[in-house]
Amino acid sequence: MPLMAWLLSLMVLLTPQALGHEFSGHVAAEGRFFLDEPIFPEQERNNASISFQPEYYHEWKGGSSFIFVPFARIDNADDERSHVDIRELNFLWLGDTWELRVGVGKVFWGVLEFVHLVDVINQTDLVESIDGEDKLGQPMINFTLPRDWGVMDLFVLPYFRERTFPGSEGRLRTSPVVDTDNAIYENNHKEHHIDFAVRYSHSLGNLDFGIYQFLGTGREPTLLSDLNESGLPVLIPFYEQINQTGVDLQLVAGEWLWKLEALYRTGQGEDFFAFVGGFEYTFVGIFDTNADLGVICELAYDGRDDEATTIFENDVVLGLRATVNDAASTVLLVGMSQDLNNRSKNISIEASRRFGNNIKATLEGYAFLNPSEDGPFYSLRTDDFIRFEVAYYF
Amino acid sequence: MMIFSLLFPLPATAADSAEEKGLAIALEEDRRDNGFGDFIADMLMTLRNKHGQKSIRKIRVRTLEVKNDGDKTLTIFDNPRDVKGTAFLTFSHKKGDDDQWLYLPALKRVKRISSRNKSGSFMGSEFAYEDISSQEVEKYTYKWIRDEEYDGRECFVIERYPVDKKNSGYTQQVIWIDKLEYRPWKIEYFDRKSSLFKTLTFNGYQKYIDRFWRPDKMNMVNHQNGKSTELTWSNYKFRVGLKDKDFNKNSLKRVR
Repeated sequence: MPLMAWLLSLMVLLTPQALGHEFSGHVAAEGRFFLDEPIFPEQERNNASISFQPEYYHEWKGGSSFIFVPFARIDNADDERSHVDIRELNFLWLGDTWELRVGVGKVFWGVLEFVHLVDVINQTDLVESIDGEDKLGQPMINFTLPRDWGVMDLFVLPYFRERTFPGSEGRLRTSPVVDTDNAIYENNHKEHHIDFAVRYSHSLGNLDFGIYQFLGTGREPTLLSDLNESGLPVLIPFYEQINQTGVDLQLVAGEWLWKLEALYRTGQGEDFFAFVGGFEYTFVGIFDTNADLGVICELAYDGRDDEATTIFENDVVLGLRATVNDAASTVLLVGMSQDLNNRSKNISIEASRRFGNNIKATLEGYAFLNPSEDGPFYSLRTDDFIRFEVAYYF
Repeated sequence: MMIFSLLFPLPATAADSAEEKGLAIALEEDRRDNGFGDFIADMLMTLRNKHGQKSIRKIRVRTLEVKNDGDKTLTIFDNPRDVKGTAFLTFSHKKGDDDQWLYLPALKRVKRISSRNKSGSFMGSEFAYEDISSQEVEKYTYKWIRDEEYDGRECFVIERYPVDKKNSGYTQQVIWIDKLEYRPWKIEYFDRKSSLFKTLTFNGYQKYIDRFWRPDKMNMVNHQNGKSTELTWSNYKFRVGLKDKDFNKNSLKRVR
C-alpha cells in the first residue's frame, strides 16, 4: 500500500517551507431519535455521535495541488457506524492540455436530486446516511483530457472499497444484519481487482450530457442469506464483476430542468436496464418574498423489479425545495417516494440554516410507511426517526 | 458593437431622440470598458439587516472578456465556511438566457442551473443575480432623461428598461453616469409596481492599467425592507492571463 509514501509526502508538505497552505474542515455533533422501540433486543433505541472532517490543501505555482481529507465518526450505539476513512488524498498534476489525479478521490456522476443511479466510482458509506450521498474515498488514477469537443476521463481503480452497513446494535439495519467481515467476491483477486472506467462528457448549448463505460467490481452487493460461525442468520455481501454503460443528461429550458439517468448492466444476475427521468421547476420569489420554491419529480424504473439491490426500483419521487434566500441560507427540502408496485412510501424532510458565521444546524426526519414484507424497507418499519446535527466549520 | 458605434457617433448630438441619446451613452460606457481582457478581484460582501446586524461573505471573482458575446465569470466563495469552495460559473450572453453552473464541493457535484432566476437574491444579499451579472448593452433599452450634477460631477441621467421584462424584477432603472469617464455613480431600481425598490451607489473609483475604472465600494440599499448590502472590492488584477479553459465545467471541479 503506497499509503506510507503518501503520508510521508504529506509530512514534507506540512513543513513550514511549503507555500499556499489551506486548512479547513468541520466538526459535528449529531443525535438520532427514533419514534418507536427497535425490533431486535440488541439494538439501541437512539444514538449520539460526533464526526470530524478536516481538510488540508496545498497548491503549487502553475495550479498542481495536493489535498488530504480524513474523516472519523464515533457513535455511541453502533460499532459499525464508528469508523474512519480517507475521503481524499489526492495529487493533481495540471498540464497544459491534461490533468492527472493520483491517490484517493471522489467523483460524482449524475443529474437527479433524489435518485443517484449512474454514480458508480465511489462506494456508498451507508452507515453515514440512508440517502446514499455519503461516499468512501476511492483509490484511483484519473487522467483527464479537456478538449473543445468535450472532456474524456480515464479511470484506473486499483483497490475496491466494500459498502458499509449498520451493525446489529444500530438502527436502520437490515434483517438479518449484513456481515461486512465476510464479504465474498466473484473474482478471486477480491478487493485487489483493478477496475476501469472511461467517460465522455460535454455541454452543448442548453444540454449537458455524459456517457461512460465501467468495467469491474460492482459497487452494489447482492446480499446472500447465510449463517455465521455462531449459526445465526446473516446477509453476506456478494460483489460481482459487472460491465455497465451509463448515460446522464440534462436540458435547461427556461425555469425547467429536464433530467435523465440510465444504465445497462451485465454480470449481476440477468442483464438489465434501469433509468430515472424527471424534472425540476423553480418558482422564483414566491409570495412576494426572496424565497424560491422548486418542484421536483423523479420517476425510477429498474428492470430487476423487486430483485433490485437499490432502494428505488419502480418508484415515483416528489420533492419540494424551499430556498429562503436569507442571510442564514435557510433551506427546506421535502421528499416523498411511492413504490409503484405496492403501498410502500417514504417521506423525508431536511432543513438547515446557519447561525453566525461558522455554525450550521440541520434537522432531518424520515418516515417509512407501509413497507411491503418483501421490500427493502420492511426491516425499517419501526425506524422512523428525527436527526439533529450541529456542525462547526473552520 | 463596432457597427453601433459607427451608427451613433459620439458625443450624441442634440438632434438625436432621447432614446438614441440614451443608447449612445450606454454604448460609449461599454466601449470604454472594452478590451480589458481578463481580471481577478476579491469581494467582501457585508449584509446588514434593519437592526444593523452584520453578516459577511468573502468571494473571489474571475472574469474573462469574450469577443462578440457576454463575459465568462467564475465566482468562488471562501466564507461563510460551510459554503467554502462553492462556485458559480456563468457564461453571459447578449441575447437569450445566460448559461450557469454551480459547483458543490462536499458532493463534488457540478450542477447546471436555470439562469431565469434573474430577480432572485444573490446569496441572501440585496443584490439580485441581474444586478451582479455582466451588464451587456443588449440586455436593456435606453432613454436619456436629463443632465445634472451628482456629487460634484456633471452626469447624464438615463433610464434603462430590461429587454427580458418577464423575468426581470424591475420595470426600469435610473442611472447617473459621469460625462468625463462614463462611470456609473448611482442606480435607482424600480420594482414591477414601478415604485422605488433599491438604490445602488458607487464609491472610490480607481483606474487600472491606465484605462479601466472600477469602484472600491458598491452599496445597495433596499428601501422596502430596510436591509443593505455593501460590496468592498480589493486586489484587482487585470490581464493575468486567464483563458477559456479556466472557465468550463471541468475547471470548475478543481477551482479553489
